[in-house]
Amino acid sequence: MNFDYSEEQQLLADAVRRYLAKDYGFEARKKIVASPEGWSEAVWRQLAELGLTGLPIPAEYGGFGGGAVDMIGPMEAAGEALLVEPYAATMVAARLLARAGSEAQKRAILPQVVEGRLRLAFACLERGARHDLSRIGTRARRAGDGWRLSGEKVAVVGAPAAARLVVSARTEKGASLFLVEAGETKQRPCVTLDEMRAADVLLEDTRAELLGAEGEAMPWIEEAADFATALVCAEAVGAMKYACDATLEYLKTRKQFGVPIGSFQALQHRMVDMVIATEQARSMACLAASKVDGAADACERARAVSAAKIKISDAARHVSQESVQLHGGMGMSEEMKVSHTFRRLTVIAGEWGDAEHHLARFAALEAAR
Amino acid sequence: MDLNYSKEELAFRDEVRGWIAENLPQDLRDKVANYEELSKEDLLRWHRILAKKGWVAPHWPVEWGGTGWGVVERYIFEEECGYAGAPPLVPFGLMMCGPVLLRFGTEAQKKRFLPRIYNGDDFWCQGYSEPGSGSDLASLKTRAERRGDRYIVNGQKIWTTLGHYADWIFCLVRTDANAAKKQEGISFLLIDMKSPGITVRPLILMDGGHEVNEVFFDDVEVPVENLVYEEGKGWTVAKYLLGYERLNTGRIGASKRELARLKEFAARQPGDDGRPILEDPRFRDKLTRVEVELAALEITNLRFLDRMRRTGQPPGAEVSLLKIKGTEIQQAITELFMQAAGPLARAVRPADGAAGFDRFTGVLAPRYCNFRKTTIYAGSNEIQRNIIAKMTLGL
Repeated sequence: MNFDYSEEQQLLADAVRRYLAKDYGFEARKKIVASPEGWSEAVWRQLAELGLTGLPIPAEYGGFGGGAVDMIGPMEAAGEALLVEPYAATMVAARLLARAGSEAQKRAILPQVVEGRLRLAFACLERGARHDLSRIGTRARRAGDGWRLSGEKVAVVGAPAAARLVVSARTEKGASLFLVEAGETKQRPCVTLDEMRAADVLLEDTRAELLGAEGEAMPWIEEAADFATALVCAEAVGAMKYACDATLEYLKTRKQFGVPIGSFQALQHRMVDMVIATEQARSMACLAASKVDGAADACERARAVSAAKIKISDAARHVSQESVQLHGGMGMSEEMKVSHTFRRLTVIAGEWGDAEHHLARFAALEAAR
Repeated sequence: MDLNYSKEELAFRDEVRGWIAENLPQDLRDKVANYEELSKEDLLRWHRILAKKGWVAPHWPVEWGGTGWGVVERYIFEEECGYAGAPPLVPFGLMMCGPVLLRFGTEAQKKRFLPRIYNGDDFWCQGYSEPGSGSDLASLKTRAERRGDRYIVNGQKIWTTLGHYADWIFCLVRTDANAAKKQEGISFLLIDMKSPGITVRPLILMDGGHEVNEVFFDDVEVPVENLVYEEGKGWTVAKYLLGYERLNTGRIGASKRELARLKEFAARQPGDDGRPILEDPRFRDKLTRVEVELAALEITNLRFLDRMRRTGQPPGAEVSLLKIKGTEIQQAITELFMQAAGPLARAVRPADGAAGFDRFTGVLAPRYCNFRKTTIYAGSNEIQRNIIAKMTLGL
């Protein structure tokens, strides 16, 4: 047993944290969010320079060949800083491409991702499917050498910044994955509650290239979703850590009735419960990442990830709500970072499946054992 | 024991319901139902419709325009307005400044201000909280110095709801910095928002909305005739106001309407299995718990009303219970709405103003964020629990 990060992991996490603390403070982030694109190319270049864009990509394509555990440190830092750049979105799609794609596809795209020249997004949600990624209404038909897709993907985070999309669609043989030029899709871009950019993506007989074997994509999609969930769990831990730190600081410094409000036992206990929830969430984020990397089979991996997401969704909701409540009116103010952390944690609670989704999934996996 | 309204009360309810159905403009009803922002004009339009009917201030004495209704009728009226989806009546004039003037004001003050509050001619806001004085309101620092026939006011108020709409602000100010207790030396002043030296700065809340403000006072001159009650007795006025019987603190009518809307909405949103999320047992259970909680609160509220009616005593710490449970229910409803929309609730606005954006779904998550304020404002729920602990339980 060893819960420590390796020296390499620790160095990278520290470097990312240092960079974000220096160049991605709350004010800098505010400017990025208010810009027309809603994300920063300069920040992206820095992420690439730090090696983050190659972290989960195999070495033969220029990456570091890291796993989910290697991503914990950077994702925690991203959560603390409330990074709005579509980093996780790109990494999830890139890893999926690295696993399911052909050699030619990987050679064409992954080195560019590593170098920070290309962003990707995974378009897997649909209007009528809620969190169930297997209910795919988008259709694919053969057209000459290639394929054409028709359908709609919704709330695709990072789509407006992405050059290519990995899209799930159904052929006669079943669930399949495709690569699509983002520029050939029709997008309805939107701003999300957590100040990121996403889009509904309309596919109207859009050209596509098959990614992996036709009809056999579900295991890849499930694995990608579990990887993505592990990332968001780690990110949540960082965001909750900020929420706890900021609230603790407020309890110590805010005075009412002549004393710091942190001297009131009713508030002390609530602060303690926030910290306990965050500690439990951290444990589950470790579990999820380590099982994504090393589970004996897909079932073991899925159980661990769902268990983690149940805890993290509950904790994200609890910690975010309490952090605002204990800040009083200040917690409601847009000028306070904690209110933005609240928004990110609110989204995280439902991202890649809310607690209810994962409760049902966990129960189904139990029943199937 | 009979938990039902009497025949007369039911007839009264039907009368109110029928009148609202005929007189509440559809566009206002739609705005409320769709969680759209209400403009100052929207708020005043409904206010004036009620004023014309004579129902805008039922709790005021009849000679000032009150209806003479008993507590149960007043409760029925307020809940029917909420249930129908009428815009809320802004409380600062009707429910706060008005009752204060009726209790403590001079005849001249009553004549000057009450009719204008009644008719919606003056829009009022409340100058209570300060950056350093929230839960500990009595520690407020905004000071008013008497110079001849005026006060010179300097300081800052915060969280001033709708201050950007207001013509007048009622303020707690410190007139005696050397008083033995901090509650002493506070006075209650009425201040014209057009006075030179007042600056209103918006405070944007986390949902991006502008409803509260900071109000700065820089050598603002206030005529002494705008002092309410005696100098140094402002805390007595403030306490009266805080304890003023607010029968609809639980906002039960509005929550009932929203729950009905939530069910309609959830019946159209897919769950993970493709069937409506409303049929998902996990979602259904959560929804039912909120419904049951609301049913309990309604009965509790009626029990308090019945006691008030029979004893003639104003409610005490009971109002704190209604505030705690009422706000928790309101928050739970906003959360269930957001949950019903699932991943679609994440998008809150189009990036390029593009058409085709589902505004209702987009407002659900910001509304959830916005409603976190309900357990903080008007005496945080922690303060409400302190009140029950102290006043009811003697702890």
